[in-house]
Amino acid sequence: MSLPTRSDVEDFLYQEADLLDSWKLTEWLALYTKDAEYQVPSTDLPKDASPVNSLFYIADDYMRLEQRVIRLGKKSMHSEYPRSKTRHVVGNVRVLGEEDGEIKVTAAFIVYRSKWGNTDVFVGSYDYRLRRAEGGGLLIRKKRCLLDLDGLRPQGRVSILL
Amino acid sequence: MTTSRHGPLVLDDQAQGLFRVARKSFTDTDIMGAEYANVFNKCWLYLGHESEVSKKGDFVTRTVARRNLLMTRDTTGKLNAFFNTCPHRGAEVARERKGNQKYFQCFYHGWVFSADGALKNQPGEARYSASFKEQQRGNLVPVPRFDNYRGMCFVNFDPQAGSLEDYLGNAREYLDLVLDQAESGMVILDGMQEYSIRSNWKLLVENSNDGYHAATTHASYLDYLANTHALDKEVALRGVGVELGNGHAVVEYTAPWGRPIANWIPKWGDAGKQEMNAIHAKLVERHGKDKADRICFKNRNLLIFPNLVVNDIMAVTVRTFYPLAPNHMNVNGWALGPVEESAWARQYRLDNFLEFLGPGGFATPDDVEALESCQAGYQNSLETGAEWNDISKGMGMDPSYDDESQMRSFWKEWNRRVTGANNTTEGGL
Repeated sequence: MSLPTRSDVEDFLYQEADLLDSWKLTEWLALYTKDAEYQVPSTDLPKDASPVNSLFYIADDYMRLEQRVIRLGKKSMHSEYPRSKTRHVVGNVRVLGEEDGEIKVTAAFIVYRSKWGNTDVFVGSYDYRLRRAEGGGLLIRKKRCLLDLDGLRPQGRVSILL
Repeated sequence: MTTSRHGPLVLDDQAQGLFRVARKSFTDTDIMGAEYANVFNKCWLYLGHESEVSKKGDFVTRTVARRNLLMTRDTTGKLNAFFNTCPHRGAEVARERKGNQKYFQCFYHGWVFSADGALKNQPGEARYSASFKEQQRGNLVPVPRFDNYRGMCFVNFDPQAGSLEDYLGNAREYLDLVLDQAESGMVILDGMQEYSIRSNWKLLVENSNDGYHAATTHASYLDYLANTHALDKEVALRGVGVELGNGHAVVEYTAPWGRPIANWIPKWGDAGKQEMNAIHAKLVERHGKDKADRICFKNRNLLIFPNLVVNDIMAVTVRTFYPLAPNHMNVNGWALGPVEESAWARQYRLDNFLEFLGPGGFATPDDVEALESCQAGYQNSLETGAEWNDISKGMGMDPSYDDESQMRSFWKEWNRRVTGANNTTEGGL
C-alpha cells in the first residue's frame, strides 16, 4: 500500500475540521470506520495511557461516538444548545508511516469554542490511525486528542468534538 | 432596600414549609471571604487518598483551600502533609504534581528536606546561628491537623479543631459502605479530572446530591441509556434523602443502571452476571445479606460538609472543589475502585464513569451548563422578588431521594458557620 501524500491527508483533515465547525456531525461521523475509537485522555496521564485501566475525559467506541453525535443534535443537550461557535485549526501535519494496514498521522490542533461571551482554547496534538476506504479515500479508525493543558481550566468541559 | 441585601441569608420557616436562600450568597465577595474564614479555614477538608502515595517516597502536590500542599509518605511509611514552601524564602520544595523521591531540594538556594519534613542539608550551614538550629527553623511546616479515615486523608487549618472522626460523625456509615466494597481495599485509579466551572461552588454542592434534576437536565443521557443499555426497567429510581448532622447529607436510592459492585444489567451478559453474583456472594459472607444488598443495589450521593462529594453510583467518584471567586470554582474529580478487580469489571467501571461523569461525559457538561445558567440568573439577585432561591421541596413530608432535605442540611450548617446564626431566620452579613 502506498502512503497518501501529506497534502492528501491535509485535505482530509481540513475537510473533517470544516464539518465539525459547520456542525455537520452526521457527515463527520461518516468519516469514521465502524470500529473507530475517539479518545481524549486526562491531562495528567502519560501519552501511552489506556482507557482500559486509566480514567480519561473521553474514550468512545463507535457505538458511543454515534450516540455522542445523536446527543449533540438534540435540544436537550443543554451544554451545546444553543450551539457554541467553534474553529478547528489543524497544522504540523505529518504522515508517519504504515502499521497494521493503518496509516499513522500526527498533527497539531488549536480549537476555539465561544459561548456566552467566553472563548476557550483547546490546544494539543492529534494522533490518527487512518484506513483506505473502498474507492481510494481515507477513513478514521482512531483519533486520540492529547491536550497540551494542565487540566480543563477554564474550559470546564469537552462538550464539543475536538 | 431589599430584605436580603442586609437581612438573613437563609430563611427556614417550618410552619409554612418554606426554605429560602438569599441569592447574594452566590455572588457576594464578602460572603466568599466569610466562607474562607469560617468554613474552609475551620472544617476538615479532603486532601487525597493514601493509595496516591502508596510507596515510601511517593508524593503529590495539591491546592486545597488556596494553600499549596505537599503530601508525602516518608521512609518509615508515615503519611505527612506540609505547606509546600521552603522555610527559607518560600519557593516550592516540590515542583511536580506527583512522583517518588527520598529528598526534596528547594532549587533556589539548595536546602534539602527528607519526606518527613526534616532539613537534611543546608548550603552555608556554618553561617547560621546556634538558635536557628535549636529552634529547628529549617524544617518544612506541617499542616496544623492531618488525619485519615480508612485511607481518605483530610487536613484542617485550625489547630483547635475537633477530631476528624467526630467531624465525620454519621457520615462514616456511608463512607464505610464505599470503603467496605472490596476486601483488597480501595484505590484512586490513574487519571484525574481537573476542570473549572464558571459558577459559585455551592451550586455544585447542591447539584451533587440533587435527585430532582435528572429527568430534565439529563434527558439526553437517559435517552442514551434507554437506546443502548437494555436496562432493567423493573428497577425504579426510588429512595430517601438523609440529613447526617454537621452539614453532611446523603441520598440513597435504587436505580436502573449497572454497578460494577455488583448490580448486573443485561448488557453485561452471562459472564458479567456470574461475576456480579460472585462479588455479591463474597460481600454477603463478609458483611451479611442486608449490608451486602445495600452495598450492591443502592446508590449513594454523599456530601461531606463543606465540599467533598463521594458519589457511589454507576462508578464511584470522589470530587472536591473550591471557589476562586464567587462566580468561579476549580473542581478535582477522581475514580475510586477496588485494589483487586477483574480487567472486565475495571473496564466497565471506567466506562460507566466516563459515560456519565466528568467534562466529556454525557451528563456532567449539562450540569455545568445548568450551574452557569443559575449564576447568569443571579445577576438579578438584588431585584425585588428575585432575591431568593427556593429549597422547600419535601418539607414536612417523608423524605424522598428527589426532595431537597439534603440541601437544607448543608445550608443550615453553612449559615451557622458563615453568619454565626443558630436561628436561621437571623444572621445577615
